[in-house]
Amino acid sequence: MIRRWVVPALPFVALALAPLYLGSYHLTLAGRFLSLGVLAMGIVLVWGHGGVLPLGQGVFFGLGGYALAMHLKLVSLPAGELPDFMQWNGVDALPLWWQPFTSAGLSLAAVIVVPAAGALVLAWLVFRRRMTSVYIALITQALALAFATLLISQQGTTGGFNGLTNFDTLFGAPLGDDRTRVWLHLATVALAALAYAGARVLGATQAGRLVTAVRDGENRVRFLGYSPAPYKILVFVVAGVFAGIAGALHTLHLGLISPAMVGVVPSIEMVVWVAVGGRASLSGALIGALLVNLGKDSISSAWPDAWLYVMGLVFILVVIATPRGLAGVVETVAARLRRTKVAAGVHDAEPIGEEVTTHG
Amino acid sequence: MSSLALALGQLFDGLSLASILLLAALGLSLSFGLMRVINMAHGEFVMAGGFLMYVAHQWAPGAGVALGLPLAFLGSAVLGAVLERVLIRRLYGRPLDTLLATWGVSLVLQQLARDEFGSTGVEVTAPPWLADSFAIDHGPLAGLAFAHVRLFIIGLAGLVLCSMVLLFNRTRAGLYIRAVNQHRGMASALGVDTRRVDLLVFALGSGVAGLAGGALALIAPVTSTVGQSYVVDAFLVVILGGMGTLRGTAIAALLIGVASAVAETFTSISFAKVILLLLVVAFLQFRPRGLVAARSRALEDT
Repeated sequence: MIRRWVVPALPFVALALAPLYLGSYHLTLAGRFLSLGVLAMGIVLVWGHGGVLPLGQGVFFGLGGYALAMHLKLVSLPAGELPDFMQWNGVDALPLWWQPFTSAGLSLAAVIVVPAAGALVLAWLVFRRRMTSVYIALITQALALAFATLLISQQGTTGGFNGLTNFDTLFGAPLGDDRTRVWLHLATVALAALAYAGARVLGATQAGRLVTAVRDGENRVRFLGYSPAPYKILVFVVAGVFAGIAGALHTLHLGLISPAMVGVVPSIEMVVWVAVGGRASLSGALIGALLVNLGKDSISSAWPDAWLYVMGLVFILVVIATPRGLAGVVETVAARLRRTKVAAGVHDAEPIGEEVTTHG
Repeated sequence: MSSLALALGQLFDGLSLASILLLAALGLSLSFGLMRVINMAHGEFVMAGGFLMYVAHQWAPGAGVALGLPLAFLGSAVLGAVLERVLIRRLYGRPLDTLLATWGVSLVLQQLARDEFGSTGVEVTAPPWLADSFAIDHGPLAGLAFAHVRLFIIGLAGLVLCSMVLLFNRTRAGLYIRAVNQHRGMASALGVDTRRVDLLVFALGSGVAGLAGGALALIAPVTSTVGQSYVVDAFLVVILGGMGTLRGTAIAALLIGVASAVAETFTSISFAKVILLLLVVAFLQFRPRGLVAARSRALEDT
């Protein structure tokens, strides 16, 4: 009990106290990276546990992010006025699909419902028939391309290439205010902790075990009388919701959402975080998202041209040297230490950890 | 301009797009069929071909195309062979990991190209004999024009497809390739050096992608991201066609090329992309393995 729940809770407590010891710049960074970590945990469910590589998580990130950004954009305007990009593009009435976002409640609901619905439809389409995981990876990637292209082309209603920005208030609280920032940070930590706990619980249920079983031997699961599709759809939808929440939080922290965060390249970057941290480890994914983005932030500000080289090489090295990521390295070291302990006569029960394989 | 001429013109544009897609997708499809490997750096072979075409034009402005196409083919083929030997060989049996590692390669190659040729890209001026077009001035088809350079690309794709078919069906190397494609273990047991076949097919596919880049350089500027913009469409072709079949890839390239040209007349380019993707996903509901799928009684894919 203590080992399973209290130990993982400690880092979240430490993060919740961050406003006490981090400056405002680093606090915003921490909040941003933590929201990305929520998305990364979703990828762990689909990829690490389910064995399906999702290359289009940027889409669900974008759906959640834009849902909240549309609301923030509308409340930042004087009553009856249209967003600037609509005026520039000759749109003279608020489009029908923008209208629900005048309401805060509906927008918050949309942050969860829209990505969930999108993920449900996509997952149903690809998992219903037995498509191979490579097909699914490529189809989700094509979806990310189509989504970003669509956003850029519909400049009059989506803000186009620039996306949505210049927000003032969140539910009446000014966004630039220090107090709002602290509350936002606390909400991010709470949601991340909730997502972590939710993913842990889901992994331990029968449905969660079946997802892993499908990864390791889909046909055996079928012969045992289960249909694999509903379980895969379930984790895919959960990952979609995680991505949507992450998108909304990230929009709040950064004050901007644009097609540059939802397309093919960012969607693959999301997978890198998880690959670096450990594809089957929730905590690994959180740490991976944090580390890779911290690296990106510092490297790309010091040497802008070097970032792609670094990321490319990290990608190649991680896949070849440690397919299980940092979490795999930690486990290997821990296992070695334990073996020396056992040899010395100290008996320790086998830990109940996540099964990790090196399957692609 | 009559509507018939307009329709024929669109069809022609679709055909030339299909030709480039075919060249870009052939290598992907072959290496997936043979090795179950998805090469995300494949688009960068297209890019490399384009830049080699540019380099050839710098060296010999008069004989740019004659020098550029072989150079693009060989350069990309060598690049592909090196990638297969150094990286992909280590990752057999882990298709999704190969996908990630080759994506890393693609990022590095793109940045290299950006450092070498600049971020705005370079332009190749097509020689005079390609710059013209056949125009029809009279009759019901007045206003229709066939650009020479597009005819040239269609011809090139046709030539490559025919040589591939001949190679597969009429040579010993082709026999080995088909054998490994059907049953790797059995082919190996009968003395086929499967690793050499893999290397050959991968290099060949990369070379053909280089040709696609060389051809593309004649109609559009070459940038470091040109590969990325074509590779996702090439993947759609591979998925739709069924992986590892020449026939399926050719039909799928034709379908997607013509369909996107037609869709672009009714709506914008971006909507056309979305519609195309939806059509492919819908089609896969009926044939999850693509147009031409190898039939097998095996329960698990190997």
